[in-house]
Amino acid sequence: MHRFLQAVLWRDLTLAARRRGDWLIAQFFFVMVASLFPLGVGPEPQMLARIGPGVLWVAATLASLLSLSRLFADDHRDGSLEHMLLSSGPTVLLVLGKSLAHWLIYGIPLLVIAPVLGLQFNLPTDAIVTLEISLLLGTPILSLLGGVGAALTLGLRGGGILLTLLILPLYVPALIFGAGAVDGVMAGTGAEAHLSLLGAFLVLSFMIAPWIAAAALRVSLE
Amino acid sequence: MTTSLLSVHDLACTRGDRLLFKGLNFTVRAGELLLVQGGNGQGKTSLLRLLTGLARPEAGEVHWRGASITGQRAAYHAEMMYLGHANGVKDDLNPVENLRFAEGLQGRAFNPGLATAMLERMGLSRCLDLPCRVLSFGQRRRVALAALLLAGATLWILDEPLTGLDVHAVALMEELIRDHLLAGGLVVATTHQALNLEGIPVQRLLVGNVAIPGPA
Amino acid sequence: MNLYTYASPAHFYHLAGRLIPWFSWGAGILALWGLYISFFLAPTDFQQSEAYRIIFIHVPAAWMSMFIYLVMAFWGAIGLAFNTRLSFMMARALAPTGAMFTFVALWTGALWGKPMWGAWWVWDARLTSELILLFLYVGIIALWAAIDDIRRGDRAGSLLTLIGVINVPIIYFSVKWWNTLHQGASVSLTKAPSMAAIMLQGMLVMAFAAWFYTIAVVLVRVRRIILERERQTEWVKAILQKET
Repeated sequence: MHRFLQAVLWRDLTLAARRRGDWLIAQFFFVMVASLFPLGVGPEPQMLARIGPGVLWVAATLASLLSLSRLFADDHRDGSLEHMLLSSGPTVLLVLGKSLAHWLIYGIPLLVIAPVLGLQFNLPTDAIVTLEISLLLGTPILSLLGGVGAALTLGLRGGGILLTLLILPLYVPALIFGAGAVDGVMAGTGAEAHLSLLGAFLVLSFMIAPWIAAAALRVSLE
Repeated sequence: MTTSLLSVHDLACTRGDRLLFKGLNFTVRAGELLLVQGGNGQGKTSLLRLLTGLARPEAGEVHWRGASITGQRAAYHAEMMYLGHANGVKDDLNPVENLRFAEGLQGRAFNPGLATAMLERMGLSRCLDLPCRVLSFGQRRRVALAALLLAGATLWILDEPLTGLDVHAVALMEELIRDHLLAGGLVVATTHQALNLEGIPVQRLLVGNVAIPGPA
Repeated sequence: MNLYTYASPAHFYHLAGRLIPWFSWGAGILALWGLYISFFLAPTDFQQSEAYRIIFIHVPAAWMSMFIYLVMAFWGAIGLAFNTRLSFMMARALAPTGAMFTFVALWTGALWGKPMWGAWWVWDARLTSELILLFLYVGIIALWAAIDDIRRGDRAGSLLTLIGVINVPIIYFSVKWWNTLHQGASVSLTKAPSMAAIMLQGMLVMAFAAWFYTIAVVLVRVRRIILERERQTEWVKAILQKET
C-alpha cells in the first residue's frame, strides 16, 4: 500500500522533472494571467489592492486547470494507465497519489510565485501571508476536484474545454473562501472564519473526490 | 488433470448497441494456452479486457480460482498481467526505471540486479540507461515483456503480442510463452500470426460468429 | 441476455404511454388555474404594483430547478448502485427540463429585478447560486453530448451529478456568506413583503403545474430514449413496424 503510493508519486515527480517545459508553461500562465489585469483595469494602487486577492485566486484556479487535462491523458495514451488500474493497489490510492503529485508539481510553485504577484498588486504584508495560507489550503482542493474532471473527460474530443466547464463551478467555494480570507485581513475583519471553512472544504474534498475520481476512471477506461 | 484456474460463465459483451458475443463459456487450466481468434472488430480485444476486469460484462462472470474476479480484484490483479496494444512503457523513463515503477505498482521491493538481468535476457543490455523515447517499437515491446516476466504473474493476457516484432523477437516471445506454460502458468492470447509452440496444449476459441448483424 | 434488465424498459414504455395524457392534461389545467389565481385573484402589491406577479413563474421555476437536480442525482445513484438502465434514462431525460427551469428562474429573476432594484442583475446569493446551478446542468449535458458510448456516458454523467449534489449546498452556503460580507444589508429576495394566503396558493398551484409538465415531458423523452436504445429488440421493431 505504502510502496504503491510511493511508486506513483516517485514516477510522476520524475516525469515532471524530465519535462520541465510543460511545468514552466503552467507557472508562466499564472504570472501572465495575473499581469494582464492591471493592464485591463489601470494601475491605481488602491484598486489593484482591492481586486488583487480575487485576481490571484482566479489565476491560480485557471493555471491549475491548464495542467489538469493531462493528469491522466498522457498515461492513457501510452497504456500505462491500464497497467496502473490492473495493479493490485486500490484505484482510490492511485488517484490520490496522482492528485498529490499534481499538487506538489503545479500547486506548490504557485505558492512560491504568489507573493511576488501580491507585491505587484500592492498587497500589504499580512494580506500576502494570508494569501499564502489560503493557497496552501486551497490548491490541494483544485488538484483533488480536478482529478474528478480529468477522469471524466479522459480521451474525449475537446476534453480540455469540457474539463473547464465541468470543474470551474465546483471550484466556487474554494475561490470564495480563499479570496475572502485575504479580503477579510485587508478589511480588518480577520481571516480565521474563511480559512476554517476552506480547511473544512479541503477535508471534505479529500474524503470524497478520490472515490468519485476512481469510479470515473474505471468508467472511462471500460 | 489440474483444476481450472480461469473460467468464464455465460459471458456476453456489447459494444454500442452491437452484440459482440453471448453465452460464452470456457475454462483454462494451469499450463494451458487459450488462443482467441476471430476477425477484426469481432470482440477479441473486448473479451481480453473483460478477462482483465477493466471492462464489465453485459452478462455473465469471469472466475479466477473458483470465485468471481469482481470480489477479489486486488488478489486477482496480483496474479495477472495484461499486455495490450499500448506497451505501458513511459517514454521519459529508461527501461530500468520503467521496471522499477512496475514493481512498485505491485507493492514489491525493487531488485535492480534482477531487473537488469531480465532486460539483458530481452537483449536490451545496451539500452539500459537510455530513455525509452529513443528505443524502437520492438525494443519498447521488449521492455514491456521484461516487466511481464519480472512480475511473475500466473496468468498472462496478451493482446497481439507479436505485432511489430522481428523474427528474433517472435522466437523469443514463443520461448517465453512456452517456458511460462511449462512452469504451470496460463496464457490467454490473441494473434494474427502463427505461434510455433510444439508440444503445448492449445485451446482455440473463435469469437464473433454469434454476432447478430446490425441494421447497417 | 439478462431478461430482467430488458423487460423493465419494455414494460415502462407502455406504462409511460398510458400516463402521458393524464399528466399533460393535468399540467394544462393546473397552469390555467394557477395563472387565473396569479392574474385575477391575487391582489396588487402596494409596493411593487403588478410587477411582482412574475414570482408566480419565478418561484416555482426556481423550486423545480433544484428539485429536478436532486431527482437526477437520485436516479444516477440508483443506476450506479444497481446497474439499472432505466434510471440512467430517467436522469438523462430530466436534465434538459431542469436546465430549462433554471434558465427560466434566472430570466424571470432578472425581469423582476429591474423594477424592484433598478438593475437586471444583482449578485444576490440565490440568483448567483442559480447561475452556478445552470453551469452544472450545462456541464452534465455537455459531458453526455461528448461521450458517444452509452454506458460510459450514463455513468460519467451520474458521477458528475453526484459530486454536484454534494457541492450544491456548499456552493449555496458559500455564495450566501460571500454575499452578506460584500453587500451587507442590501436587497434580498427573502425580504419580500409577507405573503397573502392567495399568493402562496397561486404559487403552489403553479408549482404543481410545473411538476405535471415535467413528468409528462420526461416520460415522452424517456420513451424516445428507450426506443433508440432498444431498437435491436423484437418488441421495439414490432412497434416501429406498426407505426410506419
